[in-house]
Amino acid sequence: MALTKADFAERLFEDLGLNKREAKDMVELFFEEIKSSLEKGEQVKISGFGKFELRDKSSRPGRNPKTGEQIPITARRVVTFRSGQKLKARVEAYAGAE
Amino acid sequence: MTKSELIEALARQQPHLALKDVELAVKCIIEQMSQSLSSNQRIEIRGFGSFSLHARNARMGRNPKTGESVALPKKYVPHFKPGKELRDRVDESRQRYDIID
Repeated sequence: MALTKADFAERLFEDLGLNKREAKDMVELFFEEIKSSLEKGEQVKISGFGKFELRDKSSRPGRNPKTGEQIPITARRVVTFRSGQKLKARVEAYAGAE
Repeated sequence: MTKSELIEALARQQPHLALKDVELAVKCIIEQMSQSLSSNQRIEIRGFGSFSLHARNARMGRNPKTGESVALPKKYVPHFKPGKELRDRVDESRQRYDIID
């Protein structure tokens, strides 16, 4: 089962003693704050975890994979995530545990 | 935006909570995400995106200093796929805002 917002809220309730309402709001606001920062062009760096970066892509020719038809891919801004050293190391430790 | 700026922004929006509690909450959420990924459990946040692990196959690499071949084992790397709402909001505002750190 994937981890969801409800799991984060439950942990804030159990470990930190926030009430259910506060815990739910905190989780909502946490992700909303990161989204609105990125929306304003501001990249977000969470030390120990990773960095949400923004990239402006220019338009390029693309194809409809089903029909093979050529269609242009328009210029756009995208979000990418680069994991930090600490997270990378922890995740690699999992691979070793298999 | 950095982690401490995120904490400050969240504290401003929740004036009934002590700054210390907001700080603990942010650290708790981040630690839970790291723990989840370290045990290969996916994270799914509607509207924000999902995190999962992608496997990198074992391969032969080289020590760039000595040129010596080294066997690199299969490993996992974290992967983030932005959700539709995040993708749309970021793309729709790109004309209005420059990218800043």
